[in-house]
Amino acid sequence: MEFFIQILVAGVVIGSIYAIVALGFTLIYKSTGVVNFAQGELLLVGAYICLQLTVEYKLNFVISFFVTLLFMFIFGFLVEKIFLRKMIGEPIISIIMLTIGLSSVFKSLVQLIWGTDTKTFPQIFSEEPVEIGNITISYVYIFSIISVAVFLIIFSVFFKKTKVGIAMRAVASDQQAALSMGIDVKRIFALSWAIAAVVSSVGGILIGNINGINTSLSQFGLKVFPVVILGGLDSILGAIVGGLIIGILENIAGGYIDPIIGGGAKDVFPFIFMIVILMIKPYGLFGTVEVEKV
Amino acid sequence: MNYTNCGDFKTSYKKDTEIYQSLFSKISIYSFLVFLFILPFFIDDYFLYLLNIIMIAIIGAVGLNILTGITGLISLGQGAFVGVGAYAAGYISNKFGLNFILVIPIAGFITALVGMVFGIPSLRLKGLYLSIATLAAQFILEFVFIRAESITGGVTGLSLDYANFFNIHLDNDFKFYFFALLLTIILVTAAKNIVRTKIGRAFLSIRDNYIAAEAMGINIFQYKILSFGISSFYAGVAGAMWAYYVTIITPEHFTIGVSIQYLSMIIIGGLGKILGSIFGAIFITILPEILRFVADQFTSNFPFLTQAFASIREAAFGIVIILFLLFEPEGIVRRWNLIKAYFKLWPFSY
Repeated sequence: MEFFIQILVAGVVIGSIYAIVALGFTLIYKSTGVVNFAQGELLLVGAYICLQLTVEYKLNFVISFFVTLLFMFIFGFLVEKIFLRKMIGEPIISIIMLTIGLSSVFKSLVQLIWGTDTKTFPQIFSEEPVEIGNITISYVYIFSIISVAVFLIIFSVFFKKTKVGIAMRAVASDQQAALSMGIDVKRIFALSWAIAAVVSSVGGILIGNINGINTSLSQFGLKVFPVVILGGLDSILGAIVGGLIIGILENIAGGYIDPIIGGGAKDVFPFIFMIVILMIKPYGLFGTVEVEKV
Repeated sequence: MNYTNCGDFKTSYKKDTEIYQSLFSKISIYSFLVFLFILPFFIDDYFLYLLNIIMIAIIGAVGLNILTGITGLISLGQGAFVGVGAYAAGYISNKFGLNFILVIPIAGFITALVGMVFGIPSLRLKGLYLSIATLAAQFILEFVFIRAESITGGVTGLSLDYANFFNIHLDNDFKFYFFALLLTIILVTAAKNIVRTKIGRAFLSIRDNYIAAEAMGINIFQYKILSFGISSFYAGVAGAMWAYYVTIITPEHFTIGVSIQYLSMIIIGGLGKILGSIFGAIFITILPEILRFVADQFTSNFPFLTQAFASIREAAFGIVIILFLLFEPEGIVRRWNLIKAYFKLWPFSY
């Protein structure tokens, strides 16, 4: 039972990180209709920038965290402006391919600059874990869950209350109508990329604090697919719920199935689960069912 | 866009769908094929090796183009299907000792079957949801390659004997070349013909508007599955050829990266064009070799480049794809047609 709860906690932590990365993905898909295969690389870039600031420039972790967010905001903005803007109106497969190309460029640039060895963040949180009952939870886990929760709350308030947030939702639901209401759709596009880059870098920094950083972190970008598909591509709630479900399932598979078959189930189980769900609900749990006409 | 000669009128539908649009194209294609058969006598092993892997890539890319370019179903799992073909070929030839002439089609059909199974989600899924389902197929199959050790040999891989064609062992690049060339010609011709028959037109109509296609009486599900089947058959044959070429099959040759390479081949070459898959396969296969050549020139002066080479190659691959998408979104095949059109009227263009 204790083992199960430990797994569950780890699952919730990983799941919440999935959720925040998936949030970025969903944001881009929802407002610009682009499927972003470079999400994992955005995460990677963010994590390495933060690492560079803390380790090389000896900045306080909190400061470097926010500097990283600022950097990623500009980075996402520029990526949209330089590459994605030109692809508006191109077939979906070309756009997918463009983001794949971007992902391989980013990843190899990171490799060129920082190498392929695993690097770790300096010890920020006390190693002594917290004991609740007879379950032990490390501080990093608590910090991750809290910061993800904070970000999710900030974003839901942002989308509900602020003018820009409402404009983004308007663009997501109908670009033409939004345009005629005087919303600068191009700016919203750039903004969604900027925000998506920011949230995935948050995910990257958190996972970097838990596991250390190397370029295989970009695998997260592929792991996000079962999450967003499960939740429904265009649903923010779906991204959060999907993230938690996949995180927990993955850890359960890793804890109980892997010892029997000798590893690997952790990576493949989310995909199998996703296919099963898709056969029952083709647009995911919360996705909008498209009504198509000839 | 098809550029035809002045005064060259098509008077029937049959004439319009002919492979050889003119006597000139017929002659040039045939003479090119003859050239390909003579070529190996004059080039060294390195170029033969390149040509061999290009031909394997062409078969895989043509298959993917039938599924993605012509039927409009984006697949991110071609690499894994190539793997299924390779392992099927290895397993059958080791277990039953069949000749490769039988093994290759059997491997193709097994892969087609696997592809059809993974195509079943297309019954309910559309567009992006379907492409992510094929991504799932990629990961599930990769998992099977590593875990099903009794069949695939796990991470250590599976080895098999060289193909034996009436006691001629295809154990070097030179001998393998002729076999690969023959198979490539057959399969590319078949693909070209599939596209212009009823099946191909059904595929095209599903891509362009599946609701209209259904209204016209095309059984969408059946044709989608068929498209998955044909595409995977090609992938399987490519895999089986790869197996006989390298004679040791390991799972790292069939990763998501390979699937992405196949996808980039058909996009850079030209979506929905058989000729495009050929151009794309050539381009993507040669690109790393060119980069390696360029890097070799610099490594004597800058030794650190050797270590960074893998990253640089990866980056260059990405940059080339991005540049193509931004500046030539229709692929190499369009550029080719423009060049052809230019010379058709040269020197007096109107």
